[in-house]
Amino acid sequence: MNIEKVVFSFFIVLALTLNFGFFLGEIDNPEHHNVYELFAVIVVNLIATVLKFGERTQMGAVLLATSLVADLELLAAALVWTFAVHIQGTGVTPEVMGTIISLAGGALVANIISVILLVIEISAQRR
Amino acid sequence: MKDTTLFLILRRMRAPLLVLIWVYAVSVLGLVLMPGADIDGRPQHLSFFHAFYIMTYTATTTGFGELPVPFSDAQRLWVTLSLYVSVVAWLYAIGALIALLRDKALRQLFEQNRFAIQVRRLNEPFYIVCGYGDTGGAVVRSMIERRLGAVVIDGDQNRLNDLMLENLPVHVPGLCADAGQPGNLNLAGLDHPRCRGVLALCEDDQVNLKIAISARLLSPGTMVICRAQSHDTEANMASFGTDAIINPFDTFADRLALALHSPDMHLLHEWLTAIPGTPLRERLNPPRGTWVICGYGRFGKAVQRYLNYEGVSTVIIESDPKKTRAPKDVIVGRGTEAVTLREAHIEKAVGIVAGTDIDANNLSIIVTARELNPRLFLVARQNDSENDAIFQAARLDLVMQRARAISRRILSLITVPLLTDFLRLARHQKQDWAQSLIECMRLELGGVAPDLWTVAITEELAPAAREWVQGGKALPLSFLVRDPHERERRLHVVPLLLKRGKEHELLPSESTELMSGDQVLFGGQAGMSRRQQRALHDARAIHYLLSGETQPEGAVWRWLAQRR
Repeated sequence: MNIEKVVFSFFIVLALTLNFGFFLGEIDNPEHHNVYELFAVIVVNLIATVLKFGERTQMGAVLLATSLVADLELLAAALVWTFAVHIQGTGVTPEVMGTIISLAGGALVANIISVILLVIEISAQRR
Repeated sequence: MKDTTLFLILRRMRAPLLVLIWVYAVSVLGLVLMPGADIDGRPQHLSFFHAFYIMTYTATTTGFGELPVPFSDAQRLWVTLSLYVSVVAWLYAIGALIALLRDKALRQLFEQNRFAIQVRRLNEPFYIVCGYGDTGGAVVRSMIERRLGAVVIDGDQNRLNDLMLENLPVHVPGLCADAGQPGNLNLAGLDHPRCRGVLALCEDDQVNLKIAISARLLSPGTMVICRAQSHDTEANMASFGTDAIINPFDTFADRLALALHSPDMHLLHEWLTAIPGTPLRERLNPPRGTWVICGYGRFGKAVQRYLNYEGVSTVIIESDPKKTRAPKDVIVGRGTEAVTLREAHIEKAVGIVAGTDIDANNLSIIVTARELNPRLFLVARQNDSENDAIFQAARLDLVMQRARAISRRILSLITVPLLTDFLRLARHQKQDWAQSLIECMRLELGGVAPDLWTVAITEELAPAAREWVQGGKALPLSFLVRDPHERERRLHVVPLLLKRGKEHELLPSESTELMSGDQVLFGGQAGMSRRQQRALHDARAIHYLLSGETQPEGAVWRWLAQRR
């Protein structure tokens, strides 16, 4: 067992599950989506990205790319939230929530791809 | 290569970035959770946006104060804690990044990348020079003077700094690395289509050997020229087909013997291998008789062998006869004292060779010997090029400088390959042959060492001339000796060698008819090769040169009119 692999897989799966948890619920209902959860998703995703730095394999490069995509979309979601609450002052209306969740949904897809790649890599090693 | 650098940076930045993300995440979350109050005193939490904003200016020690509303004490407590932690995290991250940039391995990688890019961009023919010591430096300088490109590899950074400070007219890429490693040779462009050859000029014979064999195996078509100090290595190098092996001691001793044997032939050698445009040397007349050789190292041995071969008797002075395995009749001593020199009968000798490996001793030998016998022919070995000034001041007849001996041979090998053939063939000629050639060259050259160049009758280099001979018309060599502008005027050139297939003809006469594929070696004044170009490229110039008639101008005008 490789402790590095454990940490690596842990963060990738955690990123996916947290992302899914945030995504779950009615798309435009602000009560179904928690700001703390979004924060956690962003932090875990960033950590997962950094963990993928410096992998020289083809798989490592693709994993890094999917992670970067997820980061980008989650940060965009956080920016939309900040903009609505602090700059426009409208608060989190259903339209705003819809935008945030669709962005988070995009990040979710990227995270799913990450996990699939991880599974493929692991099964390839077994053989 | 480039990717490796990037990955290395990313990998090494992992830990600092993770620390930063953790510290930010914990402190931002904590700040949001700490109970606070709004302007009117109602309990309220900070939003993530505000918490991130506060941490941003706190962690970077900017410290704008308590924004957007004064903090509660719980928030202040948290900010105090996070300030210490986050500032330390930042310092660590920045420190790690700077350490990474100053890292030797990484900088070497950057250097290698830069070097590889420079080499890849070279679009002129070039040679890889391994070893930039005295010899390598001299070779590179003269190569640049003759418009040949060079790439330098040396294991010593100081020497590469010398290269940078040299102020050469063109940029010479240099890499600080072990040339004995095949990877570095590849990096220097061994597989580059413009790479003409590899010159192994390191001090260490073993390294040169390794370079030679790597180059031979990795790129079989490339020319490999090696420097060797021992006969053992020489034989080893020759065994796998190294193109040329240069032993500086043998080269010099051979020249000295040649000067004894035939001063004119020696002079011819000197003139043809001198740097073009430098003043012509005068004839050297080493006397025959007994010579005293001080120092029986590799140099002393080489000189003794060649002198004995010429039938000149020698007396050896050596301070350590056992180590150097000197003959029994050796005189033990350094040669710097009058006693030893007298013992060697210096007053009866005609010449002295100061050949130890210490410059100060060599000069001391020369000065002492001159006092004892002012008529001596003085030859000294100079080990360090820094000592140029004192060796010049000593007014010696001949100075053996390793770097110079090697660089001259290498240049004649790589600049004009035909010259090597010429010099080899010339040595079999008689004394008066050399004498008459010297007289002829003295007239043509105008007092400076000649430019040497090769004219080849090929499609690419001489289209008009080739077409002329292909058409079955006679093309005597004389057309290259006369001025295409004014037929009566002779160009200041001497045709030295004609190469046709595998056959060579020394000093071809002007009536020799050229054929397609012929190569002619010319020596002459600077700029003369440019004048010949016209005759090689323009059929009308050939016609004029051979017959003296200018083709009817009217035809030219008519032709021009047709084009309009």
